[in-house]
Amino acid sequence: MQRASNSTPQAPMPKSHGATSVLPVAGKGLIVTRSGRIILDAIDLALGTKPRTTIILGPNGAGKSVLIRVLCGLLAPDGGTVTWGGTAPDRTRANKIGFVFQKPVLLRRSARANIEYALAVTGTPKSAQRDLASDALRQAGLAHLSETDARVLSSGEQQRLSLARAISVQPDILVLDEPAANLDPASTAAIEAVLGGIRAAGTPIVLITHDLGQARRLADEVVFLHKGRIKERTRAAEFFTRPKSPEAQAYIHGEIVL
Amino acid sequence: MSDLTTAFTTALGLIATLNPQLVEIVALSLIVSLTAACIAALIGLPLGAALAVTRFPGRRAVIVVMNALMGLPPVVVGLLVYLMLTNQGPLGSFQLLYTPTAMIIAQTILITPIIAALARQTIEDLDGEYDEQLRAFGLTTIGRMQTLLYEGRMRLTTAFLAGFGRAIAEVGAIIIVGGNINHVTRTMTTAIALETSRGEFALALALGLILLALALGINALLTSLQPAPNAAQRFGARL
Repeated sequence: MQRASNSTPQAPMPKSHGATSVLPVAGKGLIVTRSGRIILDAIDLALGTKPRTTIILGPNGAGKSVLIRVLCGLLAPDGGTVTWGGTAPDRTRANKIGFVFQKPVLLRRSARANIEYALAVTGTPKSAQRDLASDALRQAGLAHLSETDARVLSSGEQQRLSLARAISVQPDILVLDEPAANLDPASTAAIEAVLGGIRAAGTPIVLITHDLGQARRLADEVVFLHKGRIKERTRAAEFFTRPKSPEAQAYIHGEIVL
Repeated sequence: MSDLTTAFTTALGLIATLNPQLVEIVALSLIVSLTAACIAALIGLPLGAALAVTRFPGRRAVIVVMNALMGLPPVVVGLLVYLMLTNQGPLGSFQLLYTPTAMIIAQTILITPIIAALARQTIEDLDGEYDEQLRAFGLTTIGRMQTLLYEGRMRLTTAFLAGFGRAIAEVGAIIIVGGNINHVTRTMTTAIALETSRGEFALALALGLILLALALGINALLTSLQPAPNAAQRFGARL
């Protein structure tokens, strides 16, 4: 079989990956409104200050996905400022934030070529791309599917590939928006295993989830959002045993939080 | 009826024996239309991609005009190109009138809007799908266009084929700027028009059959290049 890397073009416009770190990824006074509705209400938050796993919890509509998109430069806030490493976000550092979406967006090429594309974007020399892609695929348990068209992988495999692609470029911080939503327990466990390895390597992780079990398993700290505001940010053990806000108490007891 | 049968039999004979005149006309037609389609693709694909991924004042108006140009009347294109290339025209000094180059220019003008408009729609659909991921990669606008053009390669092939199909079947423009000169600018469509007017149906029928076969082949190719529905594609590949 012909190597995918030989049959697909490399990513365009490679750029240096040696740019200044994006850490901390911080927002101050972040405001987002949509059709008169407040989605984020003057939020201050800094992520990635320590190599730990931050879980963002909150009911539907709390503003979790919008918050991380604003912090990662994917969405412009209506008010407030975002900084990466103390300076304004810029396109050349965007790929130092590894972003994994709830619904994986994979290119129409092989699993390996998807990763090699991301590596090329960061300016990784072509000679190193194959080995780095192999490492990432192995880490995600996808080595046997490296030459398979990414679009025909199962949902769990696609999400693991998306994760492998994000970590292959050795981002400063890994941000995941409900990566295990709609996945079966085995696929969820596989993703959590990969995340465990990344955390052990010292990369800060930010994860949105509605799965309290997953939050308990992975969290070092929890940020709890409600109606566009941070209700509390605390160590995981404390959050799950003694949540301070009534909304968080209701949330972790499985009650409907309005 | 017997005349028609005779003409049809003769036409099949011309095709079967690869009649030199027939082959010459078909070859010129293919060269002219393929060249025009390639040039139109080189212009239309980046133009369509640029329109799809950029936002600027008047963009919608440009798209409306481009879509309208898909229906350009060939004779009008022929007339405009004629006026440009005629001795008194601004490009008259190049002496291109009644040459295959003039026909290529006319067909390129005719099908560039088709390829550009189809590419714009394809790339815009893909851009909606890939937008956040491409921004997370930190791509430039040019990088985004390159990536989306590659990602849409199968559907963009159909845009190319649609342009080629329009070019090869077109007669109005090339008969004006090419002049239908034997051994020089005679293509399938212009030859059919001439032979029919002369009452010589055998060659016209033979060329018509080849044109029909080409149309059928292009459509078959277009159909085979349509992406399979997601579920069918996924499960078809997995099972």
